[in-house]
Formats: sequence, C-alpha cells, structure tokens
Amino acid sequence: MADTDLPLTEPAPGEEVAESAADWLATDEAVPTMPDDWLGEEQGADIIDAASKKATEPHRGLEYEHFHTTTGLSNNKMAMWLFLGSECLLFGGLISTYMLYRGRHTGSPGPAQIYDIPFTSVSTFVLLMSSLTMVLAVNAAQARDDRNTKLWLIVTALLGATFVGGQVYEFTSFYHEGLGFTTSLFSSSFYTLTGFHGVHVTVGIIMLLSVALILSRSKVPGDKAEVVELVGLYWHFVDIVWIVIFTLVYLIPS
Amino acid sequence: MSTIVEPSPSTHDGHPESDAHIPGAHQPASLYVTIALILAVLTALETSTYYIDFGVLAVPLLIVLMVIKFVTVVSYFMHLKFDNRLFSWMFYAGVVLAVSVYCAALATFEFFMRP
Repeated sequence: MADTDLPLTEPAPGEEVAESAADWLATDEAVPTMPDDWLGEEQGADIIDAASKKATEPHRGLEYEHFHTTTGLSNNKMAMWLFLGSECLLFGGLISTYMLYRGRHTGSPGPAQIYDIPFTSVSTFVLLMSSLTMVLAVNAAQARDDRNTKLWLIVTALLGATFVGGQVYEFTSFYHEGLGFTTSLFSSSFYTLTGFHGVHVTVGIIMLLSVALILSRSKVPGDKAEVVELVGLYWHFVDIVWIVIFTLVYLIPS
Repeated sequence: MSTIVEPSPSTHDGHPESDAHIPGAHQPASLYVTIALILAVLTALETSTYYIDFGVLAVPLLIVLMVIKFVTVVSYFMHLKFDNRLFSWMFYAGVVLAVSVYCAALATFEFFMRP
C-alpha cells in the first residue's frame, strides 16, 4: 500500500472496491476531505520546490557529502586513494633501483658532475606552487565557483607544463654532456625514474585541461567538485613524489 | 505554519562517524597560501645544504625536511587530515609497504655486494 497521510479504512465485507484510479473517478463517491493538519496547497508547493531544488542542485561541498555506499564514502575517491597507494610501490621500486645504481657510472658523468641543483630547485618550487593553485581550484569547486575553478586549473596546468619543459631542457643538456639512456646503470635508472615522473606530470596536465574544458561546456557527469578533487589528489601525489625525488636523487650526495 | 529545516551536517545521514572528519574540510584559501609559503621556505632550506656544508647532519636534516614536506602536502593539500581515516590507512599502508619492501631489498643488495 502506498504511503499516504489520508485516513484509509479497510473495505467492509462485500463493499465494491475500485480497481484503479480511473475506476474510482468514474464512481459517484465523494472526494475525501483533507485532514485538519493538511499544510495547504501553498506550503505543499514550497515543499515540492525545495525538494526538487535539493535534488537538482550541484555539489554542496564536503559539508554535506554522503554517499549511498557500503562505507558511506565515495567509491571514486576510495579507488583514487587505492590507486595512489599502489603508485607508491611503483615509485618506490624506481627510487630504490636508482639508489642502488647511482654509483655505477665508471668513465661517464656521475651525479656530482651533471646535476644543476639551482635549476632543479626552481623547477621544484614551480611544482610546489602548482600544488597551491590546485588546492585553490578544489576550494573553488567546493564553493561552486566555476569561473575560479577553471582559472586555477589552467594556472596549475601551466605551472605543470613549465616543470615538464624544465625537465625536457635538463634531459637535453645532460644528453649533450654525454649522458645517454644507455651510458651507464646510473643514467638508465635516473632517466627511467625522472622520465616516469615526467610522464605522470604530463598525464596530470592532460587531466587538468580536460576537466577545465568539460567544466566550460558544463558536461561534467555527476559531482563537479568531486571530479576536481580526484584530479587534485593525483596532482598532489605527483608533487609529493617529486619532493622525495628531489631529496633522495638530487640533494643527497652519492 | 511550519518551516522547512535543512539537515544538520553532522546528522543528516544518520551516520555520525562518516561526518566526524568533515567540518574542517573546506579551509580558507589563506591557510593554503600559508602552507605553501612554509613549504617554499623548507625547500629553500633543503637547497641551502647544497651551498652550506652541514657535515654529518646534512643527510638526516634532508630526510626530516622531506618527511615534513611530504606529510604537510598529504595532510593539508590532499585533505587527509580532515578526511575519513580509511583513506589515510589506504594511502599510508602503500607508503609503509613500499618503504619497508625497498629498504629490505636495498639492505639485501648491500649485504651481498659487500666484499
């Protein structure tokens, strides 16, 4: 039986009951009167308006976040955190391989001769600032400020592109100084580690620009703020990996 | 005439645990700018080890600075400090597993390669 506030009574034995609403309307039975506590049409319309507005309004920020999942958490966000946890193992493997082979460069340039620490420090600063602009984009998305969200996403992508440009310049200058991919175990492990990181940054830039583009076309499926937050998580992860690489690869002498 | 009451953030879903972390999630932009400035200062301090000789303290100092920067970005920029603890467990489990496995692997290599 459907939920209703109207008082319903069981039909008396032998009483004819309408099979459908159309049958019921065809009868001469009087329309039941509303109970005294009926809110009235005006207030009823207010409730319907409020309910439909709530159902269609965009994300209200984390303050109202709740998901109808087993854990009560977003499955997308959980998948992203699991993915990032597994990425730690990937980069852990690459970093430890580099640590193992960084001293193996007999007769070819080694870390002490080839690294340009001031230049890499500037690149690190640029990537760090891109994390700031990314978190500002997430903040703007949670405040449903599409204009600033797009702005910060594009600024983040530009800072990321600057970092990748710096890495390309660094690789090129290293190559001209005689450090090719197969020159030594040191060079192979260095290019593999930093190259993998560079690919991750590039993928992040593509994700940022894609989100900015689909935001401008208002074609983000589901929750806009969550989409921006997930891309943000990936971007910050790329930043924290670089924090580790900068220290272990560039600053700690072999 | 009754009024329409918005659900309270902490109780609207009847599941207080899931919202216990939420009130601090939306932080003012000034906090993020402050954190970014602190991270920039820490990076400058790291870079200074290239120019100033800290002796035996250099490596421990760099490791400590790296860990502080790592945890700060994860806690504030990635909102892990304010978010559900399950996410922290997932991420830090990956980090701890990676560090443990590769430290063990490096130690093994060091042991067998020692003359």
